[in-house]
Amino acid sequence: MEFISAIISGLSMGGTYAMIALGYTMVYGIAKMLNFAHGDVIMVGAYMLFVAIVSAKLPVWVGIMIAILVCTIFGIVIERLAYKPLRGASPLAVLITAIGVSFLLQALAQIVFGSEQKNVSALMINGSLKLGEVSIDYSTLVTLAVAAVIMVALTLFVKLTKVGRAMLAVSEDRDAARLMGVDVNFVIMITFIIGSALAGVAGVFKLMKSPAVTPTLGAMPGIKAFTAAVIGGIGSIPGAMVGGVLLGIVEAICLKTPIAAYTDAIEFAILIIILLVKPSGLLGKKRREKV
Amino acid sequence: MALLEVKDLEVSYGLIKAVKGVSFEVEQGEIVALIGANGAGKTTIMHALNAIIPKSGGSVSFDGEDITSIAAHKLVSKGMAQVPEGRRIFQELSVLENLKMGYYCKKGRAEYEAKLAEMYSYFPILKERSGQIAGTLSGGEQQMLAMSRALMSSPKLLLLDEPSMGLSPLYVNTIFDMIKKVNENGTTVLLVEQNAKKALSIANRAYVLDLGKMTKSGSGEELLNDEDVRRAYLGG
Repeated sequence: MEFISAIISGLSMGGTYAMIALGYTMVYGIAKMLNFAHGDVIMVGAYMLFVAIVSAKLPVWVGIMIAILVCTIFGIVIERLAYKPLRGASPLAVLITAIGVSFLLQALAQIVFGSEQKNVSALMINGSLKLGEVSIDYSTLVTLAVAAVIMVALTLFVKLTKVGRAMLAVSEDRDAARLMGVDVNFVIMITFIIGSALAGVAGVFKLMKSPAVTPTLGAMPGIKAFTAAVIGGIGSIPGAMVGGVLLGIVEAICLKTPIAAYTDAIEFAILIIILLVKPSGLLGKKRREKV
Repeated sequence: MALLEVKDLEVSYGLIKAVKGVSFEVEQGEIVALIGANGAGKTTIMHALNAIIPKSGGSVSFDGEDITSIAAHKLVSKGMAQVPEGRRIFQELSVLENLKMGYYCKKGRAEYEAKLAEMYSYFPILKERSGQIAGTLSGGEQQMLAMSRALMSSPKLLLLDEPSMGLSPLYVNTIFDMIKKVNENGTTVLLVEQNAKKALSIANRAYVLDLGKMTKSGSGEELLNDEDVRRAYLGG
């Protein structure tokens, strides 16, 4: 019974990782860059929740809307100011810029809000659902449900809409997509918008579990989600979902065992093992050229 | 005025000049071929025309409009489509999704259905395989798909880069028959080919390209019978 509830809380943790991993993997697939500032957008979202709900005393749902909107705007601004001028530059320059943006966001948060922890407790959902011996926190259920709906919606969006198809085309062959009349900059912008909005959702998930907001709040989930994206096969949308959920379940199970202290180490070890066995990740595709 | 006018086009890769001042034109309704050996700059010219790589000099006008510095993605709606070298179909999308990508810039359900039906009538195999992932098609089928994808936008000018590359002789004939048919239906064609004999046999006019420069031009027939061209590109 303990095991079942660990799996369920793992699924919900995995849902959070998947939200963030989707941002990493879509941006990588389409813009061919690792956006290491992605985790910090979660932190921006968390501070916005603080400002809206605690400082401005707005209703929770308004705060959530504002947080997601501000994350989206941050995504657009970061892409425009930091990454777009580097289109076509060496990948290393872009990577270092992304790390720079990450530090910049953390430093800005520290200047504006100070380094001491802020608390947003309004999002905490107390209580749990008891099914026989299994007890599941309501927050777990909400996270799980929202994450599932978003993943289905995103899959349908990519599969069925014109813009979604253009995203797949750009991620496979940017120049061929341009020859079809696809505005690559527009597609990259859409990708950042979706990724940042999902980071905002992840910020909400985070504050549902624990109320603490700090400038480095996004760093660890960011790294974990990046790991999840690589495990699933970076660039692959279903891969990010599978990788995120897998990592979440591993984490939840480890936390219930005596080796809980080594959870992070175990997760990163899994990454190394998967990369050794299948360098392109679980669902990543090796692109082959047909001549 | 010609449909496509290229004047003194120059393209460089870093310090290396790959195309050194090339001029040519394509009249409405023609099939024009650019022939030349490997490394002559044929594909570079095609990429530069579609703004996939930047031009370092010269000018290009299309349908009476200067398109020298227009972004790649805006050219399709102006009526210029390209079948790139190596086909470059979207391997992970289905055949139908590839065709939809060809229609990306266009609007209108009815015209889309009509275009799709037209492509399926040209290449019935594509209809049979419409749900199949494009990467699983054979080379010849992929070339058919690449051509149909470009034709979905009803271009005024179709640029074809090495359509015969890597295909069996049977498929080469199918593709060249198709090029003629597309042209008869009103699409102007600019063709780049290493298979000079085949290209010259269907071209109204052709230009010979060598090391980034135009060395000769004439009607397809003239060049087929030209001593130098025969020796250099047609195997004697």
